[in-house]
Amino acid sequence: MSTYLCSQVVLKIIKHYQEEGQGNEVVQGVLLGLVVDDRLEITNCFPFPQHTEDDADFDEVQYQMEMMRSLRHVNIDHLHVGWYQSTYYGSFVTRALLDSQFSYQHAIEESVVLIYDPIKTAQGSLSLKAYRLTPKLMEVCKEKDFSPEALKKANIAYENMFEEVPIVIKNSYLINVMLWELEKKSAVADRHELLSLASSNHLGKSLQLLMDRVDEMSQDIVKYNTYLRNVSKQQQQKHQYQQRRQQENLQRQSRGEAPLPEEDINKLFKPPQPPARMESLLIAGQINTYCQNIKEFNAQNLGKLFMAQALQDYNN
Amino acid sequence: PEKPRLPPARCPPATLPPAQLSRGRAARRPHAAPLTAVVPAGTVDKHSVEVTNCFSVPHNESEDEVAVDMEFAKNMYELHKKVSPSEIILGWYATGHDITEHSVLIHEYYSREAHNPIHLTVDTSLQNSRMSIKAYVSAPMGVPGKTMGVMFTPLTVKYVYYDTERIGVDLIMKTCFSPNRVIGLSSDLQQVGSASARIQDTLGMVLQYAEDVLSGKVAADNTVGRFLMDLINQVPKISPEDFETMLNSNINDLLMVTYLANLTQSQIALNEKLLSL
Repeated sequence: MSTYLCSQVVLKIIKHYQEEGQGNEVVQGVLLGLVVDDRLEITNCFPFPQHTEDDADFDEVQYQMEMMRSLRHVNIDHLHVGWYQSTYYGSFVTRALLDSQFSYQHAIEESVVLIYDPIKTAQGSLSLKAYRLTPKLMEVCKEKDFSPEALKKANIAYENMFEEVPIVIKNSYLINVMLWELEKKSAVADRHELLSLASSNHLGKSLQLLMDRVDEMSQDIVKYNTYLRNVSKQQQQKHQYQQRRQQENLQRQSRGEAPLPEEDINKLFKPPQPPARMESLLIAGQINTYCQNIKEFNAQNLGKLFMAQALQDYNN
Repeated sequence: PEKPRLPPARCPPATLPPAQLSRGRAARRPHAAPLTAVVPAGTVDKHSVEVTNCFSVPHNESEDEVAVDMEFAKNMYELHKKVSPSEIILGWYATGHDITEHSVLIHEYYSREAHNPIHLTVDTSLQNSRMSIKAYVSAPMGVPGKTMGVMFTPLTVKYVYYDTERIGVDLIMKTCFSPNRVIGLSSDLQQVGSASARIQDTLGMVLQYAEDVLSGKVAADNTVGRFLMDLINQVPKISPEDFETMLNSNINDLLMVTYLANLTQSQIALNEKLLSL
C-alpha cells in the first residue's frame, strides 16, 4: 500500500516550515485528498496557524471547517486524509502524535501522518516519510489500557508501533509542462550540500538527543524495577501475615479461644499501581528512530569519506 | 518566483501548481466548473514584489458580464492571514492565454484591494506549445477627459527558491523523465551516488570545453577562464599526511557512532525481551 503525493503538497510543506517554523517549533497542517482502491492520494494541504498566547479564543475546528468549505467551493478535494508535522532531528514519537494519529486513523482507516525533516532536507535530500499506526497498536489505543499485562497480551514491541508507508510523487501532465518551463527559466543553482564532508555538527546534536532519551529510558526502567520490587515485597509481607495469623489461630485453638476472624488480606495490603508502559514504549520507539537516522547519516558520510580518500590517492 | 522588471515580482513555484490543478480539475469533471481566478499574496520590496502564496476564487464568465465571488475572496484571505500574517494581497491571476475586457474589470476591483496590483496569466491551454507565465501591471492611457483606457505593461518574471525548496523542486522535476510521471524517494547511498554522478557530468563538460579551447575549436573566453582559475584555486592544498589524519579521525568518529547506535538498539531490544518475561 503506498501513498501518492502531488508535488504541490511537497512544496507547500517545505514553504510552510520555511516561513513559520524557524527554531524548535513544529509546524502542522492538514492533508487533503482521496482514497482510490488501496492507495491514498494526497492532492492538497493547508497549514495550521501556530498557537499564540494572545489568540486564546482561536477556534481550530472552526478554522478547519471554514478552509474545507472554501476549498470545496472551488472544486479542490476537501476530504481529510491525514496531517503533516515537521520534526527536529527526527524526534516525533510522542504521546501527542500518537493520540492525534489515532483519532485520524479511527475516522479514516488509511490516513497517514507525514513527517518532514527540514534539517535533513537542507543537507541535500528531501526527507519526507509517511507513517501509520499498526493495527495492533490501534487495538490497544482503543482499549485505552496501557498496563503491562495488556501490552504483553497484545505482543507489541517498539518496532510494531508505526509502519512506514512508501511515498511516491506523482504529477499531472500540466504540472510536468510547468516544471519544464521552470527548468528552462530558473538559474542553474546546483547545490552540492549533499556531497559536503562536514558532519560533526549534525552528529553532535543527534547524539545529544539520543542521550537525553536514553536517560529518560533508564529512569523509566528504574521506576519499573521499583514497582516490581514493591510487588514482590508485598507478596512476602502477605505471606508472613498469613503465617502469623495461622500461628496465632493455632495458639488460640490450643488455649481454647475462638480463632481470629479472617480479614481481607487485599484490603490490608493495597497492591501498588503498575506504571503505564506506553511511555516506555514511546521512548524505545524514539530511540530506535534516532539510531536509524544516525546510522543512515553515517553510512552516507562514510561513503563520502572513502570517495574523498580514493580521489586523494589518485592524485598522489 | 517571478521578478517583473518594473516592480519585479518573485513567486515561489508553490504558487503556480494551484492554477494547474484548478484548471485540470475543471477539465476532468463533466459539469462545467467556473474558471477560477487566483489571488497571489505576498510581500512588497522596494523594487521587487515577491509573490509567495495564492488561493482560488470562483468566478463566472459569460459574454457580457463577469462575476467574482468577493465575499469568498475576503474570507479566504482572512483564513490565510491567520497562518502568515505578513502576507498581503498583491493582485490576481487567471488561467488563460490573453487579457480580455473582463480582465480590466477584475483588475479595477483589485486596485481597490492592493496598491498597483499585479496580474498574472498562466496559460494552461498551452498555446504555442508552451505554458507561458506572464505578469502585468496596469497603467492608464488615453486622452484625459475623454476616452480613458488601461494598458497592461508586461513585467519580467524571475523564479526564486529557498534552499530546501530548490531541493524539493529538483526531486519533483525528476518525474518529468519517468513514463508514469512518478518518482519514489531514494535512500541514502543512492543519493550520494546520483549527486556524484552529476558532478562528474559537469566536470566532464568543463574538461571538454578546456580541450576544445586548447585545440582551437572554440574561441577562448576570458570570463570563463577566470572562473576556471577560481575553481582550481578553491581546492585546498593539504599535505597527504594531514589529509590522512583528518580522514582517519573522521572515519573513526563515524564508526564509533555507528557502533554506539547499534549497541543502543540492541539494548532496547533486550529490555523489551526482559519486560515480556
